[in-house]
Amino acid sequence: MIPLNFLLIVSLILFMVGTLTVLIRRNILMILMGLELMLNAASLLFITYARVLGNLMGQFFTLFIFVVAAVEVGLIIAIVLNIFGLKKSLLTSNFSLMRR
Amino acid sequence: METTLLCYILFFPLLGFFINGLVAFFRHDLETACQRYLGWSEEHFFHRSALFSACIGVGVIVLSFLAGICGFVRLIGMAEGGRVLTQTLFPWIHSGSVRLDFALQFDALSAIMVLVVTGVGSLIHIYSVGYMHGDKGFCRYFAYLNLFIFAMLTLVLGKNLLVLFIGWEGVGLASYLLIGFWFTDAEKARAGKKAFITNRVGDFGFILGALLLFALFGTLDCYGINQAAHAAKLPSLYLNLAALLLFVGACGKSAQIPLYVWLPDAMAGPTPVSALIHAATMVTAGVYMVARMSALYFAAPIAMSVVAIIGAATAIFAATIGLVQTDIKKVLAYSTVSQLGYMFLACGVGAPILAIFHLVTHAFFKACLFLGAGSVIHGMGGEQDITKMGGLKHKMPVTCWTFFIATLAIAGFPPLSGFVSKDEILFYAFASKHGSVALWGVAALAALCTSFYMFRLFYLTFLGENRSDHHVYEHVHESPATMKWVLVALAFLSVVGGIIAVPHTMVPFHMPNYLEHWLGTLMHNAELTEAGEHLSSIFIAISVIVAFLGLGIAHAMYGRKSDLAAKMAAKAGCIYRLVLNKYWIDELYTKYIYTPIYKLSETILFQVFDKKCIDGSVNGSGKVCQKISRIALKMQQGDMQFYLLYMVVGLLVLSAVIFFNVVK
Repeated sequence: MIPLNFLLIVSLILFMVGTLTVLIRRNILMILMGLELMLNAASLLFITYARVLGNLMGQFFTLFIFVVAAVEVGLIIAIVLNIFGLKKSLLTSNFSLMRR
Repeated sequence: METTLLCYILFFPLLGFFINGLVAFFRHDLETACQRYLGWSEEHFFHRSALFSACIGVGVIVLSFLAGICGFVRLIGMAEGGRVLTQTLFPWIHSGSVRLDFALQFDALSAIMVLVVTGVGSLIHIYSVGYMHGDKGFCRYFAYLNLFIFAMLTLVLGKNLLVLFIGWEGVGLASYLLIGFWFTDAEKARAGKKAFITNRVGDFGFILGALLLFALFGTLDCYGINQAAHAAKLPSLYLNLAALLLFVGACGKSAQIPLYVWLPDAMAGPTPVSALIHAATMVTAGVYMVARMSALYFAAPIAMSVVAIIGAATAIFAATIGLVQTDIKKVLAYSTVSQLGYMFLACGVGAPILAIFHLVTHAFFKACLFLGAGSVIHGMGGEQDITKMGGLKHKMPVTCWTFFIATLAIAGFPPLSGFVSKDEILFYAFASKHGSVALWGVAALAALCTSFYMFRLFYLTFLGENRSDHHVYEHVHESPATMKWVLVALAFLSVVGGIIAVPHTMVPFHMPNYLEHWLGTLMHNAELTEAGEHLSSIFIAISVIVAFLGLGIAHAMYGRKSDLAAKMAAKAGCIYRLVLNKYWIDELYTKYIYTPIYKLSETILFQVFDKKCIDGSVNGSGKVCQKISRIALKMQQGDMQFYLLYMVVGLLVLSAVIFFNVVK
């Protein structure tokens, strides 16, 4: 059996990679991937603890996260397509219209 | 005893104010609506709106008067010691140990005031219907008049000094609005402002006095203060100071030296207003307040002497100015100031019951005089100068006779009401323990002046030959019925008004002194000195002689065709000019008070304090904000990922704080 710490560290690394991707990458599709990574990190943590604590609640929550993630992707892809149609670009630096 | 009656006394005039105020405010909208949907012409609308306002305006005051009578009857039915009705409308200031309710109180003194205010008020409202007929601001006029009655009733019904103060300010406001009623005339608007600002000086004294009393006794309840002052073992310095500060307020409201200057100018208002506000009711508010606080004044001997001295000084001072005025309303205005001086003299020599007595009789005869003057002005087409009148007796007999009766009353001819009350005050000025010969002498001299200038006024206005334009004289007419009958009613009251408090020394047979009995549980007159007690009949004789002397001099100077008046004026040269110009008091005030204050305000307060300090600090704080926001602006890049970064950093900081708190 894989020790608990390993799983926690993997989850942490996944979360940090996701966060940094969101913050650093300019391509909006990459940012979307970063978001998915963060969600996966959270799911992994839930599964881990569900097993450690012998409580099905964690798995239950993971299913919820899947649903939310799927919905979110569907929505964001629609937005991204619209933005692309407008600007012919996927770089966030082109979208900073709210600048003073 | 708790009751729900009192709010009705107050409620009706307030209702009238709102209805008339709305009609006046939405006049043009109403007029267009009536034209469009009912087909009324402009004139039609004007008459109907005036009729409506008159009905509402008079009706509510009469209802209020009836409510007052109900209260009065209930008071009579109660046991003698506990004749008081109270009503707490709502709790007002409850903080720590401070408990102030918006409470009304109807006791023997308030009952008299309510009846005088609403009774004389009703008569004057009725008179106004005739007097203001055809005026453009008819609805507005009745709205203001109802507002005044509401405020005045708040004043006399207030259970504590703060409620009283609300009424006090309210009557000031109504007075301002009505003096400047014809505000398109700059002179009249200015008179309104003068009255308001002069009153502010007094009001400031009043509120300081009330606060000092609160600091001393921890209550603002009138009864509470009186009891505490009566039982006080305090150093009387504070009591004297508080009583004096309250008296400053009374000086402003009741036009005493040095704050009397606004009252003669207040004659710019419509004449019924002068009768109601500036003669019969509002200006007596100060007297009412001092009488209400009489136990406090008895405990403060210095303040009491000041009240007496100011009262006597005002009485003689205003009476001498009244001798030479030529404007019919100005003569009456100075006469009012002078009579108010008598009332304060009565308070000052420890006879508050007499002050209230004179207040009541004065309300009757002075209202009658003012309304008579209004009738004359109405008949003469706006003329107010008595040197251009004369011979009006034949043209307006009712006005003439009622005016004559009221003149006899104010001049102190027995057995009219003015004689009874004024003679008693003169007697007390001498015979009371707080009185003196000097006070009596001054007051008697003022009585002589009063008798003289009132008969001078009467002779010049109604008797002799007419001196006005022939054309004007042709058109002089008796006033309409609403005005005439009010005059008759008031003249009747000024004849019999004295009956409420005939002193037992004055008549050989026994006659109860109703007023003294009625007010006996609230206040009492000071004891008499032994010497004074036996002299009362002599004083009555002197009073009568003084009244006849005034009549005699006036008759000699104005009754026959003689140039005695002009000769005397020429002979007395500089004194005549001094009096004619009202002792140059207005000019003195302008030079030594108004101008320095104006200059101080203009240079230091406006240029330095206002512009530099206040504007500087406001603008400065604005500039500092702009500088800081420049820095903060740099964070607003419009870049989504920077905002996300801020969020992440913020979340980290928050979780760190929570984490360390939990660990600890």
